[in-house]
Amino acid sequence: MIRVQREDFDLGAELGALTAGNPKVGGLAVFVGLVRDLSGGSEVGAMTLEHYPGMTERMLERIEAEAQERWPLEASLVIHRYGRLEPGDQIVLVATASAHREAAFEACAFLIDWLKTKAPFWKLEETAQGSRWVEARDSDDRAAARWTAPKP
Amino acid sequence: MKLLYFAWLKTRTGVGEEEVTPPPEVTTVRELLDWIRSRGGGYAEALSDLSVIKVAINQEFARPDDPVSPGDEVALFPPVTGG
Repeated sequence: MIRVQREDFDLGAELGALTAGNPKVGGLAVFVGLVRDLSGGSEVGAMTLEHYPGMTERMLERIEAEAQERWPLEASLVIHRYGRLEPGDQIVLVATASAHREAAFEACAFLIDWLKTKAPFWKLEETAQGSRWVEARDSDDRAAARWTAPKP
Repeated sequence: MKLLYFAWLKTRTGVGEEEVTPPPEVTTVRELLDWIRSRGGGYAEALSDLSVIKVAINQEFARPDDPVSPGDEVALFPPVTGG
């Protein structure tokens, strides 16, 4: 399941609901992205996440479908927030449940790596020097590319 | 054709969304970007470096040679930074 929302999410409640009633789940891997107070050496007071409604959901659904095709998942959940967020706030949740940990870990890493390069979100940081759009990182592209490299 | 601008492309063009009718010779993404840039002002500034601009046609990532049609929704935005 994917959700794009302005509101915060309750981590415990979301994870509980994801695996409730499914005793086939033996492992649940979770990634939670938080707003940091430091970026490129500047203190960040807050950030605003903009997105492309419609395309965002479409891309997240596709990435999730690909993860479910590649790994034997019992359940998966991606929640991504938009709007104004402050340091310490939750931005994104990726959770993957499987019979065993390996599939859960790998699918979780795949989802967050791909989301960071494919889902149309942009961060505007507020610093003492003014507002600035965060630039994409080459390291994010490399992290995503490892999932397309041929297996040894 | 509906054009959408996100992040600093919206700030620099001063436009979030607009309906446009490019000349009939504009048939590809590359030609469309050149035409938008030729409108000058904030458009010329925002589109001065095409290497940092991503394009989506009808909510799918597109390449410079992909075709564009009058009924398309075309979005222009910088590389994404979510997560």
